Amino acid sequence: MAPEEIREVIIEILGDIAPDEDLGSLDDAVAFREQLELDSMDFLDIVMELRKRYRVQIPEEEYGQLASMDSTVSYLTPKMAEIAK
Amino acid sequence: MIASKTSQLDDAQRIVITGVGLAAPNGDDLGQFRQALLEGRSGVVPYEIRYFGKTIAGVCNFDALRHQKRKELRRGTRAGSIGIYCANEAIRDSGWDWANVDRSAVGVYIGITEHGNVETETEIFLISGYNYDTSVWSHHHNPRTVANNPAGEIALNLEITGPHYTLGAACAAGNVGIIQAAQMLRLGECDLALAGGVSESIHTFGIFAGFASQGALATHEDPTKASRPFDQNRNGIVVAEGGCIYTMERLSDAKARGAKIYGELVGYAINTDATDFVLPNPERQAQCVAKALNRAGLNPEDIDIVSTHATGTSNGDSLECEALRNAFRGSQRTHFNNTKSYIGHCMGAAGALELAGNLPAFQDGFAHPSINCDQLDPECELPNLVLEQPRELGKVRRILNNSFGMLGINSVVIIEDLGGH
Repeated sequence: MAPEEIREVIIEILGDIAPDEDLGSLDDAVAFREQLELDSMDFLDIVMELRKRYRVQIPEEEYGQLASMDSTVSYLTPKMAEIAK
Repeated sequence: MIASKTSQLDDAQRIVITGVGLAAPNGDDLGQFRQALLEGRSGVVPYEIRYFGKTIAGVCNFDALRHQKRKELRRGTRAGSIGIYCANEAIRDSGWDWANVDRSAVGVYIGITEHGNVETETEIFLISGYNYDTSVWSHHHNPRTVANNPAGEIALNLEITGPHYTLGAACAAGNVGIIQAAQMLRLGECDLALAGGVSESIHTFGIFAGFASQGALATHEDPTKASRPFDQNRNGIVVAEGGCIYTMERLSDAKARGAKIYGELVGYAINTDATDFVLPNPERQAQCVAKALNRAGLNPEDIDIVSTHATGTSNGDSLECEALRNAFRGSQRTHFNNTKSYIGHCMGAAGALELAGNLPAFQDGFAHPSINCDQLDPECELPNLVLEQPRELGKVRRILNNSFGMLGINSVVIIEDLGGH
């Protein structure tokens, strides 16, 4: 999966988790929590959805990598390189 | 007519209902609900649920997004959502200026028959798609299934910081929520109570399958005729979802703010059969009614309307009628009706909801009927059983509301009209 495809997946997941938010104006360089109403349970939803959909395992100590869209895509790119969208 | 005992109490010890919020299968507010009950309009529809398949149920149609964001709906439970809708509607109806209410002095007391079955069944269904890999079991499962969930979701939504909890009391729970609120108000544990009951039970296949296995699930080719309390051909319960929450206050507080008053809780009782898991005990039920009347200082003939619990099961209806014939022997004045014939059994909400549908009788003077009784079972005969058509009673002063549940829990509340104050 290419980085732009991974971004699409994350946008799709965020759309489910935060259905009241406008994701069209998301700044990829800024932390999600500074732009969206997300709490720790929501971040666990992102982890869970990646696990369910793509069997991607994210160790708890690496959850911090999911802070922004840019950091999330960079972190997931090697993990999801072999996965088809 | 004699006065209730509570009239001798200080107003700070007298508890009144000042707001009603409800979600019924045939109405989203008290006005709609009352109209449906007077017009004979059912809320039972065809329904399908996984594993069990096609059946019928009482399904609510309220607008959940009126008081919740989509994110809240996704995270929470159906019981929580029903509670949030009812609580917000009750507050609006009560006339309280919510922005200026001391939320630390508000208590939330919500009756439930059961909670967590829906969410647990759903999680198991979802992980079955992953070969039962528990690593995909939701982190939302525990906050969704803790027993205080429906009350806690209400507290979160309304930013209430006073006490909140649920009362697990099977199908007597709606009345039990009301009773708990009155006790807490009298103790000074809160100044405003949100009390009643909720049920999300139609979303668990287990309740349908359980009643079916027990031979107690109603079937009928016309869903609107399936819930048939007192009818010779009744064949069981129609499962329903719903909720009803009241704002309850001390009479002194209600008077001070010039509140509209639906009625005063003048009597109540809870007791236990201690005889069977599911079969009711009419002697204990009659004792529960007598205990509530005694607490109120009233006699049977002081009650104008009895809202029966009858669910449409063969034994349950006839045993309750036996209890009522004994408890109200000699009373010419008392009339009997039933709400489940319209909407099915709203479980934890039933007691509160069925009382609500009768409260407008204080203003309009009518007892709404029980419907779907084509051929009255002789074992269910009661003097002044109101069937099929509303009956004009003239002035209605007091309503007694029965609500009973499995494991032999019985509850009764008596509400008196205070003339609107």
